[in-house]
Amino acid sequence: MASDKHKFILITLLLTAFLCYTGYLYISLPRKTSAIDEQSAAGKLVWQKYNCGACHQVYGLGGYLGPDLTNEYRFRDTSVIKLFLKDASIFTPVMPVFNMPEPEMEALLSYLKSLDASGKSDLRTFKVNQNGTIEQ
Amino acid sequence: MEPSNNKQLNTTKLFIVAGLVLLGLGMIYGLTGAIQYLVPGFLKKYFSFEKVRPLHVSAVVFWIILGAMGSVLIYLQQHTGKKLHAPMLTKIQLLVFLFTILAILTSYYFGVFGGREYWEFHPLLALPILSGWILFLFNVVKSIGTLKNQPVYVWMWLTGVVFFLFTFLESYLWIFPYFRNNIVNDMTIQWKSYGSMVGAWNMLIYGSSFFLMEKISGEKTYSTSRMGFLLYFIGLFNLMFNWGHHIYTLPTHHFIQYISYVVSMTELLILGRIIYEWRASVSAARRHFHHAAYKFLIAADVWVFLSLLLAICMSVPAINIYTHGTYITVAHTMGATIGINTFLLLAIAFDILHETCRSFEHNNKLFNRTFFVINGSLFAFWISLILVGVMQSKWQMSEPRILFGAMMLQLRPFLISFFVFGLILTIGIVIIIYPLIKNQLLCYFTPTTNQDHTPTVAKESMSDNDLN
Ligand code: HEC
Ligand code: HEM
Repeated sequence: MASDKHKFILITLLLTAFLCYTGYLYISLPRKTSAIDEQSAAGKLVWQKYNCGACHQVYGLGGYLGPDLTNEYRFRDTSVIKLFLKDASIFTPVMPVFNMPEPEMEALLSYLKSLDASGKSDLRTFKVNQNGTIEQ
Repeated sequence: MEPSNNKQLNTTKLFIVAGLVLLGLGMIYGLTGAIQYLVPGFLKKYFSFEKVRPLHVSAVVFWIILGAMGSVLIYLQQHTGKKLHAPMLTKIQLLVFLFTILAILTSYYFGVFGGREYWEFHPLLALPILSGWILFLFNVVKSIGTLKNQPVYVWMWLTGVVFFLFTFLESYLWIFPYFRNNIVNDMTIQWKSYGSMVGAWNMLIYGSSFFLMEKISGEKTYSTSRMGFLLYFIGLFNLMFNWGHHIYTLPTHHFIQYISYVVSMTELLILGRIIYEWRASVSAARRHFHHAAYKFLIAADVWVFLSLLLAICMSVPAINIYTHGTYITVAHTMGATIGINTFLLLAIAFDILHETCRSFEHNNKLFNRTFFVINGSLFAFWISLILVGVMQSKWQMSEPRILFGAMMLQLRPFLISFFVFGLILTIGIVIIIYPLIKNQLLCYFTPTTNQDHTPTVAKESMSDNDLN
């Protein structure tokens, strides 16, 4: 039987480390938030409202029925993206016909722009190090 | 609270019965989603994929959560030999969860979303879930009393209950613009919370499974042993720090990758132990294999091994770039939520629900056959998902890439086998759970004359005064 005292010491240590790690992450988030523009912040909520993430991924996370859209803004003309958001049925039977109102579309485009600027999701751009870690 | 009659349906058992109904429903949604890969636009008008996916994922996640809560509430009473601290709260908790789950599934159908991965419902609906969980936490903590001299499963239950609350709250930090506005910040915190949340419900389910294992074998040594606690602490260490493997490719802090990579490798110790203990497990399995519940425990053991193997590979960043963003991730998620969580909860459901006023014997032969069909089809389902993932990975890494739509067409043969084995798996699981639910409900409406009010194990420890 392991002694209770040792268990309590161990759990206190682990909890302390966890809380420090968590607190550190909350305080020093990886990106500065001051530079955010309102429009793209609103666009992010549009993305959530229509649940685009059920079919599309951002940085490889999400559903898999449609393509990853992290860097969509770089590769597609905004007029084409707008066509997809209005009536995608001319391109694919899968994506819903959103008939998205103009202001939501503008906000979403601005979100896709900031998403693209945040980094690259293309896995071919990663370099593999000898110790098994990766970097871009 | 009503009598905890072994053979009667009561509030705590209802958690598991309701969970089983959600499991059946969730798998039907899963099949609907899988068909949409094969027949683009299938049922698009009513069940477009952005509705079906959350319907599927939420239904099965709530099966896991209801099952985990029910198992803890029941086994905790069997462990202490006493009734729960506040039985009334359990009833409220159940009602809160059932109504909220109904509201969530209905809201998806009408296209109302919060749009976050896994918890795709409107954030307002998180409030009742949160309140229900707080009632659960209060009841569990009060019923446990002290942690002194407690077996490892009690530690696991407590850890699971507390960490679920913490990670659930953390997963809603996005409602504050400070956390939400930058996508990299948002995803970092989001996957920190999700990674640990899965660990939290695993703690609840593993805790209950250890309890059940000891109940069946009659040996009470493991749950107080050094090894038992060592594995618990390795599990907790991973719950806290290994979540980074979900976001190795996100341009976030580098140290998240390093910490997660190193911490994940400690899971090799768990893997090593499974291999080392293999012979002993096999001989124990021979002794108890006649138990329906034990069969599922053994099957889950095999799936722990397979899932852990896949998880450890995916935790190496250099391998992760080949599995990330593909169905290999889905293979891991569904392999673990079905092979481990669902199988363990089915073992628990059999233990808790099999004794009713009606005999279960006549189902034995069918059960055995179905059990093997379930395992075979799950394996084929899992391999199909991995193969889909391998094809997607090849595409992701190819230079230049063919069109997305053309790549999807190439996946068809594997997606067909994913659907077919998913269908067989669903039929198998429904055959297994249907009599469990039916017998409980039939007995509920046909009162028995048997007045044995005690849960099986508690019989030894409860005095008559403790009973209702
Ligand atoms: C039901 C699934 C589904 C949903 C929901 C969905 N999409 Fe799509 N989307 C698709 C599919 C499938 C394609 C087409 C892929 C192909 O064949 O090229 C696509 C294509 C796109 C494209 C063009 C990609 C390209 O360059 O080829 C954009 C942009 C897009 N979707 C944006 C969105 C946005 C924004 C939302 C949410 C408002 C959304 N989609 C919701 C399934 C979906
Ligand atoms: C016990 C049963 C099941 C459980 C617990 C379960 C669980 C899950 C989970 C957790 C996900 C999210 C995966 C991720 O994002 O990584 C998922 C996705 C999915 N599941 Fe299941 N699943 C079950 C059965 C099935 C069955 C029988 C099918 C039908 C073939 C199915 C089809 C799907 C589909 C199509 C997705 C969406 C994948 C995507 O985004 O493209 N599931 N499931």
